[in-house]
Amino acid sequence: MFKILHRETVAPQVISMTIEAPYIARHAKAGNFVVIRINEKGERFPLTIADSDKEQGTITLLFQKIGKTTEVLGKMKTGSSIRDVVGPLGHETPIQEYGHCVLVGGGIGSATLFPILTALKEKKNKATTILGARTRDFLVWPDKFSKHADETLLTTDDGSSGRKGLVTDVLKEVIETETVHVVIAVGPVRMMQAVSALTKNYSIKTLVSLNPLMVEGTGMCGACRVTVGGVTRFACVEGPEFDAHEVDFQELANRLGFYRDEEMESLQKYKTTCKGKCKKTN
Amino acid sequence: MRARDPQKRRRDFKEVALGLTQAQAMKEAKRCLQCKKPKCVAGCPVEIDIPKFIAAIKAGDFKGGLGVIRNYNMLPAICGRVCPQENQCQGNCILSKKSKPVAIGALERFVADYEIKSKAKDEPVTIKPNGIKIAVIGSGPAGLTAAADLAKLGYEVTIFEALHEPGGVLTYGIPEFRLPKAIIHREIERIKKLGVKIVVNWVVGRTETIEELIAEEFRAVFVGVGAGSPKYMKIPGENLNNVYFASEFLTRVNLMKAHQFPAYDTPVKRAKRVAVVGGGNVAMDAARTAMRLGAEKVYIVYRRTEEEMPCRLEEVEHAKEEGIELVLLANPKEIIGDERGYVKAIKCDKMILCETDESGRRKPSCSGEEFILDVDQVIMAIGQTSNPILVKTISGLDLWGAGYIKTDYDGKTNIPGIFAGGDISTGAATVISAMGAGKRAARAIDGYIKSLR
Ligand code: FES
Repeated sequence: MFKILHRETVAPQVISMTIEAPYIARHAKAGNFVVIRINEKGERFPLTIADSDKEQGTITLLFQKIGKTTEVLGKMKTGSSIRDVVGPLGHETPIQEYGHCVLVGGGIGSATLFPILTALKEKKNKATTILGARTRDFLVWPDKFSKHADETLLTTDDGSSGRKGLVTDVLKEVIETETVHVVIAVGPVRMMQAVSALTKNYSIKTLVSLNPLMVEGTGMCGACRVTVGGVTRFACVEGPEFDAHEVDFQELANRLGFYRDEEMESLQKYKTTCKGKCKKTN
Repeated sequence: MRARDPQKRRRDFKEVALGLTQAQAMKEAKRCLQCKKPKCVAGCPVEIDIPKFIAAIKAGDFKGGLGVIRNYNMLPAICGRVCPQENQCQGNCILSKKSKPVAIGALERFVADYEIKSKAKDEPVTIKPNGIKIAVIGSGPAGLTAAADLAKLGYEVTIFEALHEPGGVLTYGIPEFRLPKAIIHREIERIKKLGVKIVVNWVVGRTETIEELIAEEFRAVFVGVGAGSPKYMKIPGENLNNVYFASEFLTRVNLMKAHQFPAYDTPVKRAKRVAVVGGGNVAMDAARTAMRLGAEKVYIVYRRTEEEMPCRLEEVEHAKEEGIELVLLANPKEIIGDERGYVKAIKCDKMILCETDESGRRKPSCSGEEFILDVDQVIMAIGQTSNPILVKTISGLDLWGAGYIKTDYDGKTNIPGIFAGGDISTGAATVISAMGAGKRAARAIDGYIKSLR
């Protein structure tokens, strides 16, 4: 059992939770994730370790309420416990002295980017962050990022904060005005794909952190397979980060949508039987 | 062995094989010739004194019979169900020359089940604890056996399991209809009663490394993590939607209970026409599971003939009875998808058998013809290889082949204090051979600890 010590709404539908997990905290590195299962009947799913504190023995997870599982998780209170949390899983982000790094985050992609940002800064890199969201409210952790990054640029679809437009518009400007050594993008598949297409034109090394469906997360089942450079790779053990220019994004998007009907069914059933107010989480 | 009606069982997950009645068991036990030099024992990977346990059954002493087995094998209810007896004890039975061999597996299962049914209390085992801590990585057959034997020798054993439930392949791999989960739970509880602790959600090399375990508290470590990485064919279309690797398909159902979706949150796709590729037990399990999920048509696509299938005889018989069709001498070359990225057919080469290869089986080769099966789901069940990510985190460990841990016969690795056994050192094999490895390693660990003093 893993106790929830702190819970906070970060943006509409986006929640951060700090969880007691001393072993995971001790070994967590930027880019790692955990697989969690909320309760006895729950599914296993991955969440990035957005922050960790070795002294306190805690990890912080960030998630968006998009389906039944995340709805249920979102309702869990401080002091209650998550049944299973396993990790840290996946490769750590290769942190080097790159020079100028541009981190591009869409939605809760920020959760993955934040530990990468702090690790890159420890290596004395220059870091520019570009965060994008639908509206101002949906931006995740803009303040946390601006505290650590050399520059933080915001974009929203409606212009309610920062620039009106897409992250790729801003990224393009940065690339054209400054030297960029590496781009790291995390967010919805279409966003990562657009970033990848853009940086390919400029031949800038680009990493993306992929979010395929997973079951156990230790290389045992192959649910998380993605095609990178024409080769099948297991994202849970060989990723989750890959060279963006080699990733088959279309396949990733297809595979992510494989259980869409079941996800809808599950959410519908949850909403109609519990109206989202059920005390019991299952 | 008696089995449930195929027409009924093919759509539910209840156990298929029914086991022997008391009268049947005693009758069968009488057939045993009580050979002086029993060939069956030589065929058993853990060398159970088979004539002795059968003699006990003949005398009506079922508890005594089980006691004999337990001296060699902690998991009789499991082995009686999943061992490939026809290649082991039963295959060696002298009676098979003239008529049918003694149904040793069924008898093993009978005594184990008899105990469950009679609700007999476990006899308390007296253990003299020695306070020495041993870590066991992985809670499959190898790990459970090693842990039980070490605990009986007085060691304080902790098992570390990566998944949220112990049992390894018994839990995530073998379906309920072949090995009910209640049986596994029971055996695991029995091992816990010996004082063995089980920590779940713990991944070797990730949650903690073996070096850390040894530095902190454990005097020796047994690694029994299984082979655990699916093989695949590297043919076009393998990543289409509705192509599963058998390990994912079976894990969803066996471990996550996806057949009970939406009561359980994990989904699995129920398809109409399914092709399962492979000829081993896992292929049979996947095919029969697909049938139970409601498929109209299930094919098993295998590149040799039925004779060469590596699965247990009983499994393929059961599969056929349940209406699963064998498509033999067929080797998939492409999985064809529709415009949305979903499977719509599988294209296979027609094979012919040529000369025998190293495995003693005749080698298949392309005949030049090909054919297409219309299916909406493909399940790849062509085997397991080592999970290199796990063993790589143990620095300096000698490996062989595709990343298996090199050990001697007793499970000793090149690093003092680290032992290994089961599929992670031999490559994918059977439950019973993994148990044998766990047993030998427990003895070797005991020897190692004693040598330190
Ligand atoms: S999630 Fe199972 S192999 Fe990656």
